Amino acid sequence: MNSAMLQNYLNEGYAKRQWLDRFMRALLLVASVIALLPLFSVLLYLFKNGLPGIQLSFFTSLPKPVGEVGGGMANALVGTCTLVSIGTLVGVPWGIATGVFLSEYGRSRFASVVRFCTDMLSSVPSIVIGLFVYALVVVPMGGFSAIAGGIALGLLMIPTVARSSEEMLRLVPTHIREAGLALGLPRWKVILRIVLRGCVSSISTGVILAVARVAGETAPLLFTALNNQHWSEGLDQPIASLPVQIYTYAISPFNEWNTQAWAGALVLVFLVFVVNILTRAFFVSDGVGRE
Amino acid sequence: MKAETLPSSEFARWTAPLARQVTLASRKKDLHVGDRLFFWFMFSAASGVVVLLFLIAFFLGFSALPSMARSGFSFLWERNWDPVAGEFGALAFVYGTLVSSFLAILIAAPLSVAIALFLGELAPKKLAHGMGFLVEMLAAIPSVVYGLWGIFVLAPWLRTDVQPFLGKSFGFLPIFQGPPYGVGMMTAGIILAIMIVPTISSLCREVFRAVPRSNREAALALGATRWETMRLAVLKSSKTGIFGAVILGLGRALGETMAVTMVIGNRNDIALSLFAPGQTMASIIANEYSEATTSLHLAALAEIGLTLFAVTFVINAIARLFIWRVKRGAR
Repeated sequence: MNSAMLQNYLNEGYAKRQWLDRFMRALLLVASVIALLPLFSVLLYLFKNGLPGIQLSFFTSLPKPVGEVGGGMANALVGTCTLVSIGTLVGVPWGIATGVFLSEYGRSRFASVVRFCTDMLSSVPSIVIGLFVYALVVVPMGGFSAIAGGIALGLLMIPTVARSSEEMLRLVPTHIREAGLALGLPRWKVILRIVLRGCVSSISTGVILAVARVAGETAPLLFTALNNQHWSEGLDQPIASLPVQIYTYAISPFNEWNTQAWAGALVLVFLVFVVNILTRAFFVSDGVGRE
Repeated sequence: MKAETLPSSEFARWTAPLARQVTLASRKKDLHVGDRLFFWFMFSAASGVVVLLFLIAFFLGFSALPSMARSGFSFLWERNWDPVAGEFGALAFVYGTLVSSFLAILIAAPLSVAIALFLGELAPKKLAHGMGFLVEMLAAIPSVVYGLWGIFVLAPWLRTDVQPFLGKSFGFLPIFQGPPYGVGMMTAGIILAIMIVPTISSLCREVFRAVPRSNREAALALGATRWETMRLAVLKSSKTGIFGAVILGLGRALGETMAVTMVIGNRNDIALSLFAPGQTMASIIANEYSEATTSLHLAALAEIGLTLFAVTFVINAIARLFIWRVKRGAR
């Protein structure tokens, strides 16, 4: 093989490698676009099928029986707010306290067990949480209730809130804690008044994202809060919620109901997206609320 | 309180360092009563999370007792499910869960790795930021909305366009035979794939980030093309991490309920064809639990739930072990 042939050979190999490189880069781009297509399709159809159902009556009136025109999801909107509020009362203090423990007292072996369990709790299927709350709350209370549904949502919030507040608290430099202690403050005051106060905004970002996540949960509500075609008569009664109502209407064979389902889904996604975009715009920090 | 007075059990072994910490902090008693109270308050919240996991297992097991007393776990491989006749065999649901989840992994794993590579290694910063945001929005859409979209958009499209084509071209394979229903195992698998792509891809990005920059620079300096750099410097050393991310996606897919329930067709039988409707462990619970009347029916569903809990627990524990090892190695 003379040098010209060698050069030729190398050039050919180089051309092949170049071609493969270009091909693979294009492939990666195409794959990324394909993976994002469903997002655009979902949004497109949400607007196309959901917008016609969005009228004032959708937000102000109760569901109507099949065949009657109109009707809305006012009770489901209020129901979702109620359920999420109960969930927040349960999940947020518990989650933040766990986060404080993990960041402020988190060097022991027990803390890593807690950390592991928080991760495991976040991967428990939400329907299993529903089964758990059914046995824990619904059976002793003797019926489906808003309280049971709220507790189920609260339990789902704990891991997200705990891990995000732990991360945020860890960003507070040690010397700030030391400064507080050096002033003679007891530790609990240092944690509550200095460390936690410094992260109020970032912790609330995590909380808000957790709220947005559980607001769309359906599976744990199916047999805890059940559903209700009317206004709920109390926290110990079954209550409607936006996701469950969407589910019920989506699988029904009636066109009017399907339209309502699309409208409800548009409202739900709109709320979730607004919360996500706003929190990201205001608190630009990667990793908040993510697993 | 002194650390020496604690019983020498396993529990004490974990809590001993904490107790010591508290003991140290409370030397000056008058100042630190508040500290001890605060500590025990935070401590009980944290241990509450651990207790909660045990409680979930306990309550599910308790609810499942009548069914377990009847047939143990053998009902997992019995095929007949007929609540009216009192027959409870969950094989069809186990099959449905496994097939739909593996289909989802088959679709989602390559796509997620591709996204993670593209966003982490190729795309300019601004584009990567924007697309990363879109991927996160993909994860923010509630499951029930995916179900709705699946019923009215994806399933009809699969029924009229995709499945007839697959049947014609690959009909010799048993998985592509039979009439195209639209709703069924294939639709469920695709929806699941869409839902787990964000999980897998964001974990893969973290794994790729753990690869030292110098590895990439070394490959480039040797004359490797961009793709060869990704293959040799990034992908090769991230195998464990990618595996962990995919397993974590699998755990997510196994337990996903609403979207699957809405598009899988809810038919309690096993069919080889991916076009045929089926049922998963999560979807049978969602469909029948609030309407079950006999205690045995409820218990059988709770036992399916318990199985689902155990399986997702083990799978997630394995996945986190893998990912944790990769992250620790990076430090």
